[in-house]
Amino acid sequence: MSKKNPDEIHAHLTLQRDGFVLNAVFSAPAVGVTALFGPSGSGKTTLLRCIAGLERAEGSLTMNGEIWQDQTSWLPVHKRPLGYVFQEASLFSHLPVRANLEYGYKRIAPAERKVQLEQVVEWLGLGRLIDRNNSAELSGGERQRVAIGRALLTSPRILLMDEPLSALDTSSKQEILPYLERLHRELEMPVLYVSHALEEVARLADHLVLLEHGRVIASGALHETLARLDLPTAHFDDAGAVIEAEVAQQDENYHLTRVDFAGGHLWVSRLNQPFGTRIRARVLARDVSIATQPPQGSSINNILNARIEEIRDEGPDKVIVRMRVGESHTLLSRITRRSRDHLGLIAGMYVCAQVKSVALMI
Amino acid sequence: MFELAPDDLQSVWLTLKLASVTTMLLLLIATPLAWWLANSRRWYKGAVAAVVALPLVIPPTVLGFYLLLLMGPHGVVGELTTALNLGRLPFTFAGLVIGSVLFSMPFAVQPIQNAFEAIGRRPLEVAATLRAGAWDRFFSVVLPLARPGFITAGILAFAHTVGEFGVVLMLGGNIPGETRVLSVAIYSHVEAMEYASAHVLAGGMVLFSFIVLLALYLTGGKLAKVVR
Repeated sequence: MSKKNPDEIHAHLTLQRDGFVLNAVFSAPAVGVTALFGPSGSGKTTLLRCIAGLERAEGSLTMNGEIWQDQTSWLPVHKRPLGYVFQEASLFSHLPVRANLEYGYKRIAPAERKVQLEQVVEWLGLGRLIDRNNSAELSGGERQRVAIGRALLTSPRILLMDEPLSALDTSSKQEILPYLERLHRELEMPVLYVSHALEEVARLADHLVLLEHGRVIASGALHETLARLDLPTAHFDDAGAVIEAEVAQQDENYHLTRVDFAGGHLWVSRLNQPFGTRIRARVLARDVSIATQPPQGSSINNILNARIEEIRDEGPDKVIVRMRVGESHTLLSRITRRSRDHLGLIAGMYVCAQVKSVALMI
Repeated sequence: MFELAPDDLQSVWLTLKLASVTTMLLLLIATPLAWWLANSRRWYKGAVAAVVALPLVIPPTVLGFYLLLLMGPHGVVGELTTALNLGRLPFTFAGLVIGSVLFSMPFAVQPIQNAFEAIGRRPLEVAATLRAGAWDRFFSVVLPLARPGFITAGILAFAHTVGEFGVVLMLGGNIPGETRVLSVAIYSHVEAMEYASAHVLAGGMVLFSFIVLLALYLTGGKLAKVVR
């Protein structure tokens, strides 16, 4: 393990329980959003519970240079400066909404109350909800927003979220996601986010910790890790690359917006955001095709110069191609094996990547 | 016609006193016991639960008989209380309290245990992540959420103590002002062929029991709704 950096999480946690073994060793930056990602049964929720101290794992855990557990000590849950958002909102049914929000706030020292009630109400749009008496009458999305606010009001040093969207229907999900993205941007609070939905992760995370069968198989920056062909994430149906870009030009006539990144630009549907707004573009591997020559007469707007870095077989008929665009950006493309052979694609070749569609996340 | 003789009035007060003291002691004892039964994974948990439930099945006279032996001059408890200069427990109010507590134990433990089990682990985990320590969690989350269970336990323990007869007779006899509770007073009146006096007390008991059960069902229904 590397030198203990104060802004990092170092975990070496093992837990054995009825046939399941968690043996998680990883380091991750304690800034931004770190996603714990893996299929169900991979142990990501168990790992999060161990980090919170809700399960008593063996091993060591250092958070921001602070020892939460090692061979000789174990900090109980209520002494760990964390916020935890469960899958179900789990509001206290005997307390009105306001008392739910203030439950943790009242229990920390006044000097440590960095997050205030008014801020949380504003961030999460709780104005209409705060004076409700019966939390059971709130919708699923509203309850989860209250639960997030309740956790934030303890001014945690890190926020742990266990699939906070998975118990919600699609519309409640869409209702909450913008709030999460806003927290991500405006709140300088590291977040550990458990999810099994690649789309959610691509949208929210900066760092990815990949789990399989109770083990961490990779931990790295989101865009680098998603582009690694040796990991299962590159072979999902909705595998793809993430590109950070900023709004650069508006084309009023055709109702399009140009977003720039080092190494190229993309035209996307009109985006009502000021110049310079940072956005995140997700380009799915299945939406990228490859041409060896600049295509003539193509309806595709976005054609990027790229260099093939790696090609891997994916089943009997498909291959997945990783390409570098500019200095630090990657694209994935899923094409047929026949196209690869037909075009004679090999690593090191310069090609044109044609991007059919881009999903934007602001 | 419905006037109470001084003796009978004394029995009423004694009964209420016994039931109140018993109920308070029971809530204090049953709460940790119910918590342990709701959360423990020990192998002997079933045995403890069975012992607690025993008074539901065995005749009160049997319980009274063994308590009498235990507390008597040759019983373990009796020797202990004598050695501690506390005197003997049978035929005293304190002895009745002990008998009543044991006799009504299941009526207090089971509703509280059910309430604890219904809460589950999640609210406690949430409270812990919100900085609440163990005692804080118990008082700020468990007690309020289990309130209907406590109310049911209190009412049942109280009513059951008011109605007990066998244990009292075996353990307390029939000493006015000390151990002559209502049920024993009614028994004495009937033995003395004082049916009119017996009617007043017995009718009062029926009315009282009805009111208690009515209160239980009314509040129980309402509280259950609030919690849900």
